Amino acid sequence: MKIVADYPESLTEKEFHYCPGCTHGLIHRLIAEVMDELEIREDTIGIAPVGCSVLAYEYFNCDMQEASHGRAPAVATGVKRVHPDKVVFTYQGDGDLASIGTAEIVHAANRGENFTTIFVNNAIYGMTGGQMAPTTLKEQKTSTSQSGRNLQESGNPIKMSEMLSVLDGPAYIARVSVHDPKHIIKAKKAIKKAFQMQIEKKGFTMVEVLSTCPTNWGVSPVKALDWLAENMLDVYPLAVYKEVE
Amino acid sequence: MEKVLMKGNEAIAEAAVRAGCRHFFGYPITPQNELPEYMSHRMPEVGGVFLQAESEVAAINMVYGAAGAGARVMTSSSSPGISLKLEGISYIAGAELPCVIINVMRAGPGLGGIQPSQADYFQAVKGGGHGDYRMTVLAPSTVQEAVDLTMEAFEIADYYRNPVMILADGYIGQMMEPVVFNKTVNPEDLAAKSWATDGAKGRDVNIINSLFLDPEELEEHNHDLDRKYQEMKKRENRYELYKMEDAEMAIVAYGTTARISTKAVDLAREKGIKLGLIRPISLYPFPEKIIQESTKDIEKYLVVEMSMGQMVEDVKLAVNGQRPVHFHGRTGGMVPTPEEIFSVIEDLWEE
Repeated sequence: MKIVADYPESLTEKEFHYCPGCTHGLIHRLIAEVMDELEIREDTIGIAPVGCSVLAYEYFNCDMQEASHGRAPAVATGVKRVHPDKVVFTYQGDGDLASIGTAEIVHAANRGENFTTIFVNNAIYGMTGGQMAPTTLKEQKTSTSQSGRNLQESGNPIKMSEMLSVLDGPAYIARVSVHDPKHIIKAKKAIKKAFQMQIEKKGFTMVEVLSTCPTNWGVSPVKALDWLAENMLDVYPLAVYKEVE
Repeated sequence: MEKVLMKGNEAIAEAAVRAGCRHFFGYPITPQNELPEYMSHRMPEVGGVFLQAESEVAAINMVYGAAGAGARVMTSSSSPGISLKLEGISYIAGAELPCVIINVMRAGPGLGGIQPSQADYFQAVKGGGHGDYRMTVLAPSTVQEAVDLTMEAFEIADYYRNPVMILADGYIGQMMEPVVFNKTVNPEDLAAKSWATDGAKGRDVNIINSLFLDPEELEEHNHDLDRKYQEMKKRENRYELYKMEDAEMAIVAYGTTARISTKAVDLAREKGIKLGLIRPISLYPFPEKIIQESTKDIEKYLVVEMSMGQMVEDVKLAVNGQRPVHFHGRTGGMVPTPEEIFSVIEDLWEE
């Protein structure tokens, strides 16, 4: 009998702590499947962030380092400079990457550091309880923007993929989403591409994955998928923003 | 071995190379710039990596990554830059990673000035960053000692899997003195680090981490760390005594200030004042035992620092109220002269 679906070797059997309907678990699985398919599990060092995915080091079945808030790209730089022939990735949320760690991601990308960043954007702070993120949408209600994000007071949703794609260092920057099966398949392809380009030593690669937060958005898991499609795709268009030859 | 004339900052850098350090991450700040500048050409020469980070925060986190990946790694900075690195230093200590951090102190607080100072003593020896952590802190008083302690610092860091700080002041960094490099370590000869994250081929995965959500586990971790710090306290005590054999009064000073104080001791001896010097070399662990033992002969202590008075607290703890402990300090980048220290001693002697 041909096995068409199995548990990825690159994931541990530890049960996810994520809320029902959160897509972190799904995104973890996509990365693990890509690691399995590329047969890189034993050559990979992952960098976990602070935030909802802080325990990522318990889920990926590869060597992992925990980083302090926002500094995963600097930690990854240190690891990769020691082991240029290993595969290194960071897994970061929007508070981590687009707020406290903006400097680290911009400069790692600009240096063309040859690692891969998986940037999970759910437009809100999850772990700390639903506060406004730099990626929070206009008029989106959060616990620190209770009447909706006011652009005059809080600035605009930050578009990291667009920003980083104008730099010379990155080799591949794409934004994908996981709100339906079609997009999940595309997301996996983008993640695989990013890892492959890293293996080919092309430079910095990042995949921004639009993700859900039913708990802090205050909607059911199914509605959260719809909310993502209806509200986030216009502000954060899905595209390959940069790809070098 | 050949003697070479080198500036302190450059000599420290060369010592790190000789100690097998092949990764350096830093960010420019006066008065330690010659150190990264030297590394920027020396590291590529020996097949290593020099990287000028975008900030001190990034630099120390690169050190964290590289240390976790198993490398001998160093960063250097000066006071305000070290403040920025403290979060990372706490993580490095929490995750039990070895690295060497050079602080060539300048005067503060805030932007302060660029002249020498010793006002980062508390920051270095009391933790500085958050949580219960300690690191071995070594304070050289000559360029040769800076070289020797830097080389030793890498060994201490690896032994305890803990950051080690060389706490020098702007004088040590900027002065030129002849130095000898006594040995050269080939990084390939170093013991393998079985805990490092270098790919899980043929073994269970390794995780570098300092997060313990279960309070019982975190308490246990803190006790584990403390056992290590207690071992440091037993093994890493370093100090030097100068004319203490028959001394009735003692100066306690470290680094450049200790060096100046030896002249004050000589001046006092010329006048028949029985003065000696206790020079702590390890500031953590603090050589409290030798100070405590000296209370049987020493009637008065004078602590001399280029600060408003920081190490004086540790001296008082060691003396434990048995003898009076006085303090003389210069700050803001001012350096005490031997004559100035001697005049304070003369007053205390006559009291």
